[in-house]
Amino acid sequence: MRHFEEQLNELRQRLLEMSGLVESAIYRSVHAVVERDESLAHRVLENESRINQMQIDIDDMAVRLLALEQPVAIDLRLITAAIKINNDLERMGDLAVSIAERALSLIHEPPIHAQIDIPYMASLVETMVRKALDAFVKRDSDLARNVLYSDDAVDNLRNGIYKEMILYMEDNPRSVPQALSLVFIARNLERIADHSTNIAEDVLFLVEGIDVRHHAEVRT
Amino acid sequence: MEDEALGKPPQARSAKIQVSHLDFYYGSVQALYNVSLAVPQNQITALIGPSGCGKSTFLRTLNRMSETVRHTSVEGEILLDGENIFSVDLVALRRRVGMVFQRPNPFPKTVFDNVAYGLRVNGGTRGAALADAVEASLRRAALWDEIKDKLHKSAYALSGGQQQRLCIARALAVNPEVLLLDEPCSALDPISTAKIEELMFTLQENCTLVIVTHSMQQAARVSSHTGFFLLGRLLEFNETNILFKRPGRKETEDYITGRFG
Repeated sequence: MRHFEEQLNELRQRLLEMSGLVESAIYRSVHAVVERDESLAHRVLENESRINQMQIDIDDMAVRLLALEQPVAIDLRLITAAIKINNDLERMGDLAVSIAERALSLIHEPPIHAQIDIPYMASLVETMVRKALDAFVKRDSDLARNVLYSDDAVDNLRNGIYKEMILYMEDNPRSVPQALSLVFIARNLERIADHSTNIAEDVLFLVEGIDVRHHAEVRT
Repeated sequence: MEDEALGKPPQARSAKIQVSHLDFYYGSVQALYNVSLAVPQNQITALIGPSGCGKSTFLRTLNRMSETVRHTSVEGEILLDGENIFSVDLVALRRRVGMVFQRPNPFPKTVFDNVAYGLRVNGGTRGAALADAVEASLRRAALWDEIKDKLHKSAYALSGGQQQRLCIARALAVNPEVLLLDEPCSALDPISTAKIEELMFTLQENCTLVIVTHSMQQAARVSSHTGFFLLGRLLEFNETNILFKRPGRKETEDYITGRFG
């Protein structure tokens, strides 16, 4: 294998390593909320600096390859997609940290009893993240499109949670801090879903060379 | 042009040269197979491909330079502004379609006489008019400021990059409509290369350019359209931006990403 191809493989490998870290950060932050587990939340906070360092390393490597190899075609698409996915992953890591911080404050408050389904929303979002990353690994554009279709369901769930929480806060003013935390968590989950649609769009650019951002009509 | 990878041909009215079903033979060896291509007017078209793929042979058919090799034959059609180049006067054709070669090949004459040569041969330009025409050509070739004090020195006294721009000035002196460039920068350093590339951009206002190059980066930098040749066939012809971002054929991708063979 040529030196350049080895370098591309290494770039891909590091991105996979980073996505593994981010996936577990999301998983742990969500379960810290659902299971009121303080140790899970702390592990998310501990791992943040690793994710940040990986973001810097991956960017360095990608820029070096652009400068030294002047890649074209599939190689160019891989490197530009890697830069964008890297950025999305780091943002997803930050959002997981925010969720973990909310989890830590919720754990010290009495639980509230509202009809909202954070665990269901979280499982939808986790599935989107996993599919987007699988699509990248397997260069599977069908799977990437599948992720794009899931985004609306997550938006609807978030809107439902907002409405539910507003009603709940009106009836239970003493529980406003907990309710607000849940609103923030729903919002962060929805943003994680947005970043996974970005990744899915980058996969479509990588595999098919098409740009589907902001054009829902060409996604099919 | 039945293949999708050959992209959309430029509109017929904007094609300066229209090549259809071109076959070319060196004796019994076939070098080009059924090449069809529309060269867009006032743009730069790059031809790329591995050595021996036929891209230079193709370039040389465009001003019938290939006929200078014995035992060659050609089939198919090449239209320049809709006119068949095989039925026009050869000297008139070469005046309209100029050529610059891989190695600078100035005549063993002064700088001035190199540029004036074509004008004198073509008849009549003399005196102040000749001096003005020589200056204009040297300016168009972005060479005037560097050599205006050396006009009556031997062309061989110039650097390689200057000699190549002198050859371009010589070709430009007779106001060609098309300029063919066969690896014009392969013997030049990056600075001279950059000067020639800049020059190509300015020339396309009045001229249609076709360049054969082994440098993929050069094709990507200068051209609006790129054709990829392999084993005598034009495998892909497309806008340069598309060809280097999302080539239509596996062979093109393998070649431009260096995975070939």
